[in-house]
Amino acid sequence: MTNRSYQSWAGYPVVEHEARKMNWQTDSLPLEGSDGKSFLPYGNGRSYGDVCLNDGGIVVDCRGLNHFIEFDSENGILRCEAGVTLQEILHFTVPKGWFLSVTPGTQFVTVGGAIANDVHGKNHHKAGTFGQHVNCFELLRSDGSRRLCSAEENAEWYQATIGGLGLTGVITWAEIRLRPVKSALIDQEVIRYSNLAEFFEIAKASDQDYEHTVAWIDCLAQGDQLGRGLFIRGNYSDTVQNRAVRQPKLNLTVPLEPPFTLINSMTLKMFNTVYYNKQRKDQVKSQVHYKPFFYPLDAIYQWNRIYGSKGFFQYQCALPVEHMEDAMGEILQRISKAGLGSFLTVLKLFGDKPSPGLLSFPMPGATLALDFPNYGQKTLDLLNQLDEVTRSVGGRVNPSKDARMSSEDFQHHFANWRKMEDYIDPRISSSFWRRVTAES
Amino acid sequence: MRKTLIIGATSAIAQDLAKLFAEAGDAICLVARSDNKLKILADDLQLRGASSVAMQSMDVLEYERHQSVIDSAVEALGGLDLVVIAHGTLPDQVACQDSPDLTKKEFEVNALTTISLLTNLANYFEAQQRGSIVVISSVAGDRGRQSNYVYGAAKGAVTIFLQGLRNRLTKSGVNVLTVKPGFVDTPMTADFPKGALWASSEKVAQDINKAIDRQKSIAYVPWFWRYIMLIIKSIPEMVFKKLSL
Ligand SMILES: Cc1cc2nc3c(=O)[nH]c(=O)nc-3n(C[C@H](O)[C@H](O)[C@H](O)COP(=O)(O)OP(=O)(O)OC[C@H]3O[C@@H](n4cnc5c(N)ncnc54)[C@H](O)[C@@H]3O)c2cc1C
Ligand SMILES: NC(=O)c1ccc[n+]([C@@H]2O[C@H](COP(=O)([O-])OP(=O)(O)OC[C@H]3O[C@@H](n4cnc5c(N)ncnc54)[C@H](OP(=O)(O)O)[C@@H]3O)[C@@H](O)[C@H]2O)c1
Repeated sequence: MTNRSYQSWAGYPVVEHEARKMNWQTDSLPLEGSDGKSFLPYGNGRSYGDVCLNDGGIVVDCRGLNHFIEFDSENGILRCEAGVTLQEILHFTVPKGWFLSVTPGTQFVTVGGAIANDVHGKNHHKAGTFGQHVNCFELLRSDGSRRLCSAEENAEWYQATIGGLGLTGVITWAEIRLRPVKSALIDQEVIRYSNLAEFFEIAKASDQDYEHTVAWIDCLAQGDQLGRGLFIRGNYSDTVQNRAVRQPKLNLTVPLEPPFTLINSMTLKMFNTVYYNKQRKDQVKSQVHYKPFFYPLDAIYQWNRIYGSKGFFQYQCALPVEHMEDAMGEILQRISKAGLGSFLTVLKLFGDKPSPGLLSFPMPGATLALDFPNYGQKTLDLLNQLDEVTRSVGGRVNPSKDARMSSEDFQHHFANWRKMEDYIDPRISSSFWRRVTAES
Repeated sequence: MRKTLIIGATSAIAQDLAKLFAEAGDAICLVARSDNKLKILADDLQLRGASSVAMQSMDVLEYERHQSVIDSAVEALGGLDLVVIAHGTLPDQVACQDSPDLTKKEFEVNALTTISLLTNLANYFEAQQRGSIVVISSVAGDRGRQSNYVYGAAKGAVTIFLQGLRNRLTKSGVNVLTVKPGFVDTPMTADFPKGALWASSEKVAQDINKAIDRQKSIAYVPWFWRYIMLIIKSIPEMVFKKLSL
């Protein structure tokens, strides 16, 4: 059955694939009568581009693999099935004093998806990627074999599967290490800064003492204000929680998809200016719940719909330390000149903790992520211009956010890609993988 | 601490309901036919906060075991406050039309097994003079339709049986809740294309949980099905019989 609801978060490209479900870790892969069609594991579809899509094939929905298996509350080690979401984990572990070691900017992703894209968060400089906190997992292959993979056992499968884009098999369950927290609160500090040079100064100065750092930037600012924004840094609060903290309720949603994007140059300019000036003082300290701190976008459930039926593109690049300041300036200039951009543009420094993943995205340096409404060729042209800069300094583009990078660029950015071929399950394929390995 | 028995515990809707019960700290006894699944579910519920989790495997067609399974549950839980019956199958209507045997079998799983279990449970609760019986019936039991009337007739039988039971047990202080889900995205409906009217099993479980807490008699889940069925039930048979529903 073709199911239009199994799409990517950015709604581009729109594909047709058949969805089948796995509900129990003991189930075999649901491939009966599939006529040799390829399949791809599917988590919660929070990837922006086509790494979670398999046009013309099958996607195996793993959300039903949602049982907790074991929790060691002394050491903060959780074993759970791969379809459990980070939201479910936090709901379960935060009251017990444990938090995810690494979390991306949304809690609506599954453990399987977080491993397969080796996701990173605001603490990359301290903790590295999600995959660096995975003790072990089970990998189910289309030949019915099940491998226990860890840094010691089946290590090469472990490395190929972390950041492996779902290509090596279905992760049925995983064991992850959590980090202790005293409360659900974050001591947050927001600093308004006025240009890119200031960003790098504050970021470098903050990375030592702050577990979480990220900047929101006004992507339309130009000239000597280029890169201005709000620098947000925080640590898990030591305050033991003795009062009920206000938890924002998840009750907003965008119920319908408008026929055209609501993000245009006017709304964008307005939002960015207002947001930049939202705090009166240049530096504001506060204590906030972890939800608004880590997951501001989750407060509006299907915010991706505001971009309308044509969808949008997210662009995330990583730029190596040696060239990051100049190259970031160049990229921001190209964006603001084009007048395209998004409400939420984030800029952050990556640390140098290497991930075991063969195809892991982060590299020591700086990373920028932002959304662009899909205006067709006009948007693609701009993204190609950004690629030029990324390529010229030896940076790379994030596969989990991508729907359009060229196969040359992918193969250039991820030199290990050929090594993956030994581990890819013969029945698995994805729209992304076919695109970036196509002969050009 | 509430003592809760769930029959058909591995159903998607029942599992999500059980998670809510576990978070509330219930002592839970699970009944389902697969040992593997029972074990996975029991570990999960224990972690989520259940005070205790017991399990028994049973195919609901084993009528002769109904009483003893209920007795063992009461023993394991040290009493019984709440029972949820959730097992069911979605028959292939067209195949049933060619097979009286299949029709009978589907009617059995969806109606007679539930009625048998309820017969035993009702006496327990009536004697105890309190407690809560929750059965997942269906909106399909509200009116027969050509696409689904074997299932609809079985669910309709359960609905009417529960209506009578409620009428009997109210004076004993026992609450009887008939749950009527609309379209729910679960393994039972895996092959259906999903549209706007479909709900997730999590959402449906939350609604059922609220209805249990509020001691309701009938719960359409999600709520709007009450109005959809009101309209469907109000169409005169003269007109209805010509519709392709
Ligand atoms: C608002 C928002 C903020 C985000 N912020 C960040 C961020 O800060 N950092 C970051 O790194 N990413 C971020 N992301 C991207 C997101 O974290 C990743 O795309 C994540 O992998 C999505 O997980 P998912 O469960 O939705 O998986 P899907 O998107 O459905 O799938 C992702 C990949 O995982 C594979 N997969 C899924 N389940 C399994 C399984 N059981 N076994 C094997 N493979 C599997 C799929 O085949 C696919 O290749 C963000 C996304 C959104 C929407
Ligand atoms: N999904 C819907 O749209 C919908 C709508 C209205 C009503 N309902 C009702 O909701 C209830 C739960 O169904 P669901 O949607 O959650 O589907 P489900 O996940 O497929 O659950 C059905 C359950 O019934 C069990 N079962 C079937 N035959 C059995 C037998 N002979 N003995 C023991 N157990 C048996 C199955 O056990 P196994 O796990 O061992 O297979 C399974 O756990 C059912 O009563 C269904 O009729 C569903």
